[in-house]
Amino acid sequence: MKSAAQTVADVASGASSANEELDRSLGAIRARNDELNVFLYVDEVGARRQADAVDEKVRRGEDPGVLAGVPIAIKDNLCQRGIPTTCSSRILEGWRPPYSATVIERLLAAGAVPVGKTNLDEFAMGSSTENSAFGPTKNPLDPTRVPGGSSGGSAASVAADMTPIALGSDTGGSIRQPAALCGVIGVKPTYGLVSRYGLIAFASSLDQIGPFAKDVRDAAILLEAIAGHDEMDSTSLPEPAPSLSAHVDDGVAGKRIGLVRDLVDGADDEVVDAVEGAAQVLRDAGATIVEMSIPEFRLGLSAYYILAPAEASSNLARYDGVRYGLRVDADDVTAMNEATRTAGFGDEVKRRIMLGTYALSAGYFDAYYGQALKVRTMMIDAFARAYRDVDLLLGATTPSVAFKLGSKVSDPMAMYLSDIFTIPTNLSGEAAVSVPFGTGEAGLPTAVQLLGPARSEARLFAAARILEIAEGR
Amino acid sequence: MSSPLRRDDVAHVAKLARLTLSSAELDMFTEQLGQVLEHANDMSSLNLEGVKPTAHPFELLNVVRADEIRASLDRDEVLAMAPDAQDGRFAVPRIMGEAP
Repeated sequence: MKSAAQTVADVASGASSANEELDRSLGAIRARNDELNVFLYVDEVGARRQADAVDEKVRRGEDPGVLAGVPIAIKDNLCQRGIPTTCSSRILEGWRPPYSATVIERLLAAGAVPVGKTNLDEFAMGSSTENSAFGPTKNPLDPTRVPGGSSGGSAASVAADMTPIALGSDTGGSIRQPAALCGVIGVKPTYGLVSRYGLIAFASSLDQIGPFAKDVRDAAILLEAIAGHDEMDSTSLPEPAPSLSAHVDDGVAGKRIGLVRDLVDGADDEVVDAVEGAAQVLRDAGATIVEMSIPEFRLGLSAYYILAPAEASSNLARYDGVRYGLRVDADDVTAMNEATRTAGFGDEVKRRIMLGTYALSAGYFDAYYGQALKVRTMMIDAFARAYRDVDLLLGATTPSVAFKLGSKVSDPMAMYLSDIFTIPTNLSGEAAVSVPFGTGEAGLPTAVQLLGPARSEARLFAAARILEIAEGR
Repeated sequence: MSSPLRRDDVAHVAKLARLTLSSAELDMFTEQLGQVLEHANDMSSLNLEGVKPTAHPFELLNVVRADEIRASLDRDEVLAMAPDAQDGRFAVPRIMGEAP
């Protein structure tokens, strides 16, 4: 499939049009969506209207925008005015948001064409997209396997050439892990770089919106288009979007990159091979690879599965059958709240709400939540110590290639371990990228993860680009 | 903190979280939540005396905007999405019980 960058060039020059690009995207969706369950909703009318507006700008000789005519898939936990937004939950079925997320507004202003809403694990809680109330998404590379999660639909849309780019959200790895399992680029930006206004909250201190793309340059262009301060999100960084795409070819000469044992140990051999292969490529490109251990990372999973559920238990208290979505009638309001939540939430969401409620409850607060907050500080300090010595870190994104549908869904703890290498970056609020690198079992893609300090996206993209070139992309 | 969770704890937490669980669900969640809490026990052995807790990745100061009137969401549009609305307000079943 044509890259986003090429699409923009073609649309702007008249070699193609936004409508032609949209036709191609809708055709690809029609061809495989029944099989793969990538899109929960395709907004053909809205997409056509936006494509017409872009084509009209080109005809008039106006600037059609940095993403002119590029079809994009939107994870269905991002609000788009008037378009069903479900979080893959029965509790929001039928809800049409009265406003759009800031990222949607910025995409439209940049000339991108949102084509529809993609499947996810309910409320972004999961690592396989099997926790969707609307059925699992299947991996386009092997439909007997999961695409990863929670942004599995968005990753699959790019992998299946339905759209060249997509948006997801990453709370503990929900962009990077599905990107790895689907063989595409996935970016978890620095916390606050992208406004969360209109992202339905899961764990607010960890959630961050980010890009999926086929190549590094497209990821950089997309991130530039959506980043930058937004007064509607008081946690958004008070600064304009950084320049990223101009630095994609900066290379890694002279950079020091830490190969972190704790982000590799425990992974399957083929994943370990990929990380070591990537280290060699970066070394050949002029970087110095420093072997290091950051044992604090091993505590990340424990801290995360206290902190994220704690925040979720509070954030999801709003689904009470009063203001939006499902209501199950009952005699009084408390019974109505309880009947609604019991019918509306799936098992994984219930697990996390109860876990968080427990961790925050009297008598357990200090032992679990309080302790996890301190481990989060340890994690931040451990990253900071590492970045005094090196510019970036390298490790695996996830321990294995895409696993079989159904293989982990009844064992939550096994599923949670999929996120063991991605969680530390969410806890520190820093940046990381998953890059497809190498091939594993059954010809499925393996991936590596590059991690950097806050605001290091340009450096991460430059390193990711070196790996991409080595893979012949 | 070994075997940290009992069935009664889960029943209590479900009540706090406004969730109804069947007996089979109580058994399942007790086991599954217990596994996660058991995993979390690797934090309990750490001596974190004096470590500052972090609730948010970056130091944030209060963010305020100018106190001026601006358009907000349209009330009718918002209420149109509510399960029940009446007289420009969200409507719910009765809150108070019958007088004793």
